[in-house]
Amino acid sequence: MDLVTPGFGLVFWTGLTFLFLLLILRKFAWKPILGAVSDREDGIKKALASAEDARKEMQNLQADNERILKEARAEREGMLKEAREIKNKMIDDAKEEAKEEASKIVAQAQASIETEKKAAIAELKSQVANLSIEIAEKVVRDELSNKDKQVKLVESMLGEATLN
Amino acid sequence: MRLSTFKTIVFSVLFLVNSSIVSASEKKEGDNDKKFDPKEMIMHHVKDAHEFHLWDWNGKSVSIPLPIILWTDNGLTTFMSSAFHHDDSGKEVVEKDGTKFVKFHEKIYQLNDGENAAVFDEKHNLINASKPLDFSITRNVFMMWVSVIVLLLIFFSAARSYKKSENNVPSGIGSFVEPLVVFVRDEIARPMIGEHKYKRYMPYLLTIFFFIWINNIFGLIPVLNGANLSGNIAFTLTLALFTFIITTVSGNKNYWKHIFWMPGVPIPMKIFLMPIEIIGMFTKPISLMIRLFANITAGHIIILALMSLIFIFKSVAIAPVSVAFSLFITVIEIVVTAIQAYIFTILSALYFGMATEEAHH
Repeated sequence: MDLVTPGFGLVFWTGLTFLFLLLILRKFAWKPILGAVSDREDGIKKALASAEDARKEMQNLQADNERILKEARAEREGMLKEAREIKNKMIDDAKEEAKEEASKIVAQAQASIETEKKAAIAELKSQVANLSIEIAEKVVRDELSNKDKQVKLVESMLGEATLN
Repeated sequence: MRLSTFKTIVFSVLFLVNSSIVSASEKKEGDNDKKFDPKEMIMHHVKDAHEFHLWDWNGKSVSIPLPIILWTDNGLTTFMSSAFHHDDSGKEVVEKDGTKFVKFHEKIYQLNDGENAAVFDEKHNLINASKPLDFSITRNVFMMWVSVIVLLLIFFSAARSYKKSENNVPSGIGSFVEPLVVFVRDEIARPMIGEHKYKRYMPYLLTIFFFIWINNIFGLIPVLNGANLSGNIAFTLTLALFTFIITTVSGNKNYWKHIFWMPGVPIPMKIFLMPIEIIGMFTKPISLMIRLFANITAGHIIILALMSLIFIFKSVAIAPVSVAFSLFITVIEIVVTAIQAYIFTILSALYFGMATEEAHH
């Protein structure tokens, strides 16, 4: 029975000691320890969150890079295409110009040929006239005696000399 | 390392029991043909004492005298327990401030005026003395203060190790203490009380957990004469009282409603439940008190009883069996030290959680 009868003295000292221990430990042990633990946990949480943010940013950056790369590629393609077009156009233009020039040259040539021809024809005509005069001189010299024959000759000669 | 600790414990138990048996056998010679009384020996070890007995040397008991503080009708009286010269039978009379005291079965009695010696009746009851209020620093109080000093040393240096580090990472004893503190927080306080209110109760829960645990462990160390503080009902009563007071003070409207007018049941049931719930208010801390007291005391009694077998059978042959069994029980007791501290703390937290739970019907 003595074993289960609480002694008053021990109750008193236990109460006093426990209160003392509780107050001292609360101020000097539990507060700093729990504070440090929760601070550290917050720190870890924050670090994890910022790592997650960084990862997301990285992803964004990567996506951006991809996009920029794609754009650049498209731009290059466009530029190449444009260049090709310009090249083709230049070639075409050059061809056109050359053709025009050629036809111009040909036309000029034709024109000059025409004038040459005309000049030649004119010269020919004058030569023919000269020739006819010479012939006429010869015929006149030859046939001056025979009047009829003279006329006949002139006519026949003129008839032969057809102008082409 | 651990094995050697166990060995130390076991051999110390043996040594201790042996020493107490020596004193018991001496008593036997003095008190005629009294046999070895295991009950007396065990009770002597389990109960509190006014001096810190270490060992017997050449038939003399070596012990640390502790102060005896008494509140008598004439006021406060103090003297050292060595004044009784290790007498526990009421023979040695100490006179102090005009009052005479005797010690009988570890209780201090004040002799009535005019009496010079203790007088007993046939049933060994003191008839001419009264019991003054005893505030003595007994063996248990002494060990309690030793445990407080140890706790303060452990946790102050743990707290310091946090302050020293720049990123709140503990070192040394702090890294040993932190998992335990986090365990109390995450496995006891948070699930039992709830995320929003647990912080208020953390200092109490941590203090009570480590206070009970370290005193359970100290009770198992035989060199300290196995001061059975956490197996003393006065100690468990006080701690249970703290839990009861905190529960009652922090009880909210919902808690009292559940006790006096249980919601959600018909009125006859409400009336029927009210006395049960009121009794339940008190049985909860009482169960805390008895559980810790009984578990720790039982462990001590079993170990001592197994050791007593050697002396009951008066045979060395039984010693290996006794040692093997008490080794087994000691190992279990080491586990029990932590389990009982854990149970006391988790149940306290549970009661706080019940007291502060919000209605969600």
